[in-house]
Amino acid sequence: MNPILECKSLTKIYSGFTALSDVNLTLERGRIIGLLGPNGSGKTTLLKLINGLLVPDSGSIQIEGKKPGVETKRIVSYLPEKTYLADWMKVSQVVEFFHDFYENFNPKKAYDMLTDLKIDPEKHLNTLSKGTKEKVQLILVMSREADLYCLDEPIGGVDPASRDYILNTIINNYNENATVLISTHLIADIEKVLDEVIFLKDGSVTLHSSVDDIRVAESKSIDSLFREVFKC
Amino acid sequence: MQWNIDSERPVYIQLIEQIQAGIVSGYFNPGDKLPSVRELAAEAGVNPNTMQRALAELEQTELVYTNRTSGRFITSDIGIIKKLKKQSANNIIVEFIEKMKQIGYQEDDILECITKILEEMRK
Repeated sequence: MNPILECKSLTKIYSGFTALSDVNLTLERGRIIGLLGPNGSGKTTLLKLINGLLVPDSGSIQIEGKKPGVETKRIVSYLPEKTYLADWMKVSQVVEFFHDFYENFNPKKAYDMLTDLKIDPEKHLNTLSKGTKEKVQLILVMSREADLYCLDEPIGGVDPASRDYILNTIINNYNENATVLISTHLIADIEKVLDEVIFLKDGSVTLHSSVDDIRVAESKSIDSLFREVFKC
Repeated sequence: MQWNIDSERPVYIQLIEQIQAGIVSGYFNPGDKLPSVRELAAEAGVNPNTMQRALAELEQTELVYTNRTSGRFITSDIGIIKKLKKQSANNIIVEFIEKMKQIGYQEDDILECITKILEEMRK
């Protein structure tokens, strides 16, 4: 089957600073992939390029063979690093908003997750804590039946028990046509659910491999390898 | 089933070991139907692809087999399970002997020690 994402010599430069440099990346379908790298290594830039929020300076990105745009937004579900929902809305209104906006949004899935995480749909977003707001956003993103999920730091502000629930949600939503790309610093928490990892360093891909292959070759966890490779 | 997966070793290998342990200990009985890959993966908190790989390897050793229409089962061949049980026992004993040697016990001491403790446990 054709890959879900293909980047060729992808380069992004911000006024003289090279954020991504000559990135070549092919992501297959049906994988859960960790996008790992220290601060400022280009993770968010890559996710923004995939979602058409930035335009490459050179090179190309193809999602299911198409350039990022209206058509790819139908099949890519993106959780940005910052919140963008209108604070005055109720949780139930935001669910309705997503339902209206995205063909592949499944409100039942969203309400099931809200119930499991004990979030009251009648509350206004501006009355929720930072962590709860993050949960609501992640629920919305994961309730779409997308082909590619791009999650930028999805569990950073979330407590450990809810983190487990969210990871389980990702596993349970798993389908063999969809790929989940997760950028995070909480490697130890997520490495058990990953198929593959990508290490980004100063805007370049330094490693892209199956996690179990790494454990065989290095006899250590991905978390330990990360700490070693990116030692300050 | 109680899963205990760490991140230091390949996850699929740990899954194989723990399913084998489940068979040896009788948690899974010969001929039992296994839950779906998705259910097992969610239970163990691992990626479904990794669980799939572990089960595929267990199929290679014939501990598990797939019926095309009705799912995946533990082997009904008691011989294969007995062999696995013996292998597990050997592994535990070898590991134990190595540890005893590390703390300075000779072979005779080890035997004497085991006999003594077994006697005490019988009382």
